[in-house]
Amino acid sequence: MMNSNTVILRTAAMYLMPLQLLFSIFLLLRGHDEPGGGFIGGLVAAGAFVLFAFSYGSDALRSLIRLDPRDLLGAGLLFGLASAIPSLLRGEPLLTAQWWTIALPGDAELKLSSPLIFDIGVYLAVVGTILTFVIQLMEAEHE
Amino acid sequence: MEVVMAFVVATLFSCALYMMMRRSIVKLVIGLILLSNAANLLIFVVSGLTRGAPPLIIEGVDPSPFVADPLPQALILTAIVISFGVLAFAVVLIRRAYEVVKTDDLDQMKDTDT
Amino acid sequence: MLLTVMLGFVVAMAAPWLVKLSGRYSGWLLALYPFSLVVYFAQWIPVIGQGHSQLTTYQWFPGLDISLSLYLDGLSLLFALLISIIGTFVLIYAGSYLKGHKDLGRFYLIIIAFMASMLGLVLADNVITLFVFWELTSITSYFLIGFQHEQASARKAALQGLFVTVGGGLCLLAGFVLLAIMGGSYSIQGILSSGVSLPEHGLYGAALVLVLLGAFTKSAQFPFHFWLPNAMAAPTPVSAFLHSATMVKAGVYLLARLNPGMASDLWSTILTSVGALTVITAVVMALSHRDMKKILAYSTVMALGTLVMLLGIGTELALTAFVVFLLAHSLYKGALFMLAGAVDHAVGTKDLSELSGLRKAMPVTALLMLLAAMSLAGIPPLFGFIAKELLFESLLQASVWGYGLLLLFVFSAILLVAVAAALALKPFYGQYLATPKTPHEPPVAELLGPVVLIVMALLLSLFALPAQQWLLSSSMLAVAGYVPEVKLALWHGVNMPLMLSAVSLVLGIMLWTQWHRVQPWLSRVIAQLSRFGPERGYFKMMDGITWSASWQTRFLQNGVLGLYMVVLILSTFLLAGYTFVRSYGLHFPLDVQDSYVYEWVVAFLLIVSALFASTTRYRLAAVAAMGVLGFAVALTFIHFSAPDLGITQLLVETLTVILLVLVLFKLPEFVQLSSPWERARDIVVALFGGVVMLFILVAAIDIQYFDSISSYYIDNSELLGYGRNIVNVILVDFRVLDTLGEIFVLALAALGVLSMIKLRAEDRVK
Repeated sequence: MMNSNTVILRTAAMYLMPLQLLFSIFLLLRGHDEPGGGFIGGLVAAGAFVLFAFSYGSDALRSLIRLDPRDLLGAGLLFGLASAIPSLLRGEPLLTAQWWTIALPGDAELKLSSPLIFDIGVYLAVVGTILTFVIQLMEAEHE
Repeated sequence: MEVVMAFVVATLFSCALYMMMRRSIVKLVIGLILLSNAANLLIFVVSGLTRGAPPLIIEGVDPSPFVADPLPQALILTAIVISFGVLAFAVVLIRRAYEVVKTDDLDQMKDTDT
Repeated sequence: MLLTVMLGFVVAMAAPWLVKLSGRYSGWLLALYPFSLVVYFAQWIPVIGQGHSQLTTYQWFPGLDISLSLYLDGLSLLFALLISIIGTFVLIYAGSYLKGHKDLGRFYLIIIAFMASMLGLVLADNVITLFVFWELTSITSYFLIGFQHEQASARKAALQGLFVTVGGGLCLLAGFVLLAIMGGSYSIQGILSSGVSLPEHGLYGAALVLVLLGAFTKSAQFPFHFWLPNAMAAPTPVSAFLHSATMVKAGVYLLARLNPGMASDLWSTILTSVGALTVITAVVMALSHRDMKKILAYSTVMALGTLVMLLGIGTELALTAFVVFLLAHSLYKGALFMLAGAVDHAVGTKDLSELSGLRKAMPVTALLMLLAAMSLAGIPPLFGFIAKELLFESLLQASVWGYGLLLLFVFSAILLVAVAAALALKPFYGQYLATPKTPHEPPVAELLGPVVLIVMALLLSLFALPAQQWLLSSSMLAVAGYVPEVKLALWHGVNMPLMLSAVSLVLGIMLWTQWHRVQPWLSRVIAQLSRFGPERGYFKMMDGITWSASWQTRFLQNGVLGLYMVVLILSTFLLAGYTFVRSYGLHFPLDVQDSYVYEWVVAFLLIVSALFASTTRYRLAAVAAMGVLGFAVALTFIHFSAPDLGITQLLVETLTVILLVLVLFKLPEFVQLSSPWERARDIVVALFGGVVMLFILVAAIDIQYFDSISSYYIDNSELLGYGRNIVNVILVDFRVLDTLGEIFVLALAALGVLSMIKLRAEDRVK
């Protein structure tokens, strides 16, 4: 059941997944100003991976992302914790937001911030968690 | 509208409680999902319902004090994701229990202290 | 000062190691700790003797008004000195008494920890600190009584002591809290000097009963006296230390400490009658026993009863007698216990009927025993005599219950003389009886304590007045609130108390000559009576607790999960509903004006899908209904201005369905397992829960107690958070620590799933 051979699903997944992933990053980055953010972005990305896993199987997904989902999860937590470091270095209360503006060529400027780092952490943690669930369950299915 | 939604939430709670008292383990899972939905809606409804004013600030405009309350939304957002995590955990736990004791009747499980 | 207490715990921790290191001299080595305490506290005598006091405060939980405050005045100094002096000799004694015992290290650990706790108890000024040390003494006492844990009787006695004292301790805690409420402070000195008249306070009765329960259980007052003789299962050093001189006096100490503030007519009546009842019970029981340690235990109970009664009488003379008797008793009782243990150790039995004519083999012991017993019986020139004179005098003067109480005490003094004679004379004089071991003089370590204590008792009585000026009057100040005028002296001239003493002495000796007849007879009578005694009540109560525990386990935790849920839900919602109706009433502001048709449709969809999911007989249908419900919830979020929530809900709903598909269909179909009756019951319970929720929810919508804090987030989201999506700014900036915790929860759930599945894989491999 899980390793569906439907051509339509496979084809759809093939083309949809990059778009979904791109969209998830878009959601993540715009999250501070518009609806979106780490939780939503992470869920969209996880949805993309799950769709892929349903059409190609969990092994294919594993070889696609190369990383173990657990590592994603751990990286997410580390990002979350790392976002606390800048405030520590400045001697401010833990997790106080820090902002850095980097001027780019042209008129554009890039706004980096510790909340953004944290949101990336949330994104990775959500993706890692859901992929852990799904991959483990699908592999348990195969046995 | 809040009162109408209060009835909805109360119905959800009743259904959730009823399902959680069933002996079949699968029904327990359904009860769990119902309960987390009911709880999320409860927080949402209690904080007041606002139509067409999401808690977003339009660029260059002073924030309007009449937007929907953002705090319960933040609470619910994490609650949704976490209840999903808990649900996944519960579901796997139940499945594992079923494999070990070979019954989905909660009353039978008590006799299998393995 | 805190150091003195804390050092004890450090020494206790190091004790097992020190014992290994120092071998047979461990007792002498460890006794350095209490000895240094003696030196330390002795330095305080000149200051405290002037009527000064010293309060040292260390912060502990400043927010709760709980501090580690230690208070040194005459009373606590007297106790601290007693603890450290007797403690010194008990440790030396134990080194010899338990020589080569495999658990000697453990013994020292606990007894030194006890010593430190006891010291903390008498020094503590904060009631909570006092309570903590109080319970520590109960717990260490439990371990010490049960030291010979191979014996079932020791374990049983230990548990009994623990139950009685800790049960009383709980009452005491409640009483302390009431006292703190009444006095507006958790500091004892604060309560006593608050200016509030405690006996006139509305909570006085409750606080009194609770505090007295705590003190009476600890100090083995009738009807809680039975645990103390049973506690004699402990090794003798323990009995000599805990169950005569120190721990059992904790209750008396507390009463004395609170006396200045708590004394009232009710207080007097209860203390006097309970004390008198304890005295008469204990002295009769003492005469009925042959085991030396049991006899000593009952005479201890009697002494405690006397102390409580003296506090109850509360006159100037009585309080003076209290302090003097307290000191005298600690000295001679510690000595007597150590001597009894030494005899037991040297001879192999402590049964008086098997002991006779040991004087030749153990002359020093015989002499010491005689002197200590003289103090017990109140014979000059020992300190016990002064105490007894004062006791009679205060009874004469106070004339409580006419002369009834005096008569009672003369009677008990007669019996006590007989008991003392039995202890001091029976084992050593008369025809020598063969004993399990060849009798020999106990080693120096076992005699040192009794010698010093008896010499102290002699010196104190010869120099009673200086002793009073140096230390005792400041103790009396703490107990009475004023310095008594009474002057201590060994010789008062020929007066009524002396006559009473003489009479009781003569009659007591006469009684003793009949001891071999009286004792077995009393023993039989007591055996008959004890069927109705309070210890019987204790056993009944323990049985009752076991019975009710198994009953409630059968009823509430019978393994039927459905029933757990029913009980849980019912109790939650009954309590919540009751509180709600009491504080809010049953209004129901039904306002559905402000709603649109399409919103009704969504609401309808939610209700129908929930109902359908919980009634359908097919799993797939239930999962589908849950899907519909989830999307309807998402719709609600989006419609009511929560786009982030809507999106999240949609995504999670999709993943939930996938999860259910992956797992749920490995499980069996829905089966109807419950009977119609059970279903009906559950429907009623569920509906009840729903209705309570409905009312609470409507009330919560209706009432707004305080302004929402959200306006801060709305105003500052862009200013401080540089973000225009307020929800997201809250999540990743304002409340970021919460979110961090939440992703850790997610991670835990993932790890849980992972380990469960991996575990199964490992099971397969096996």
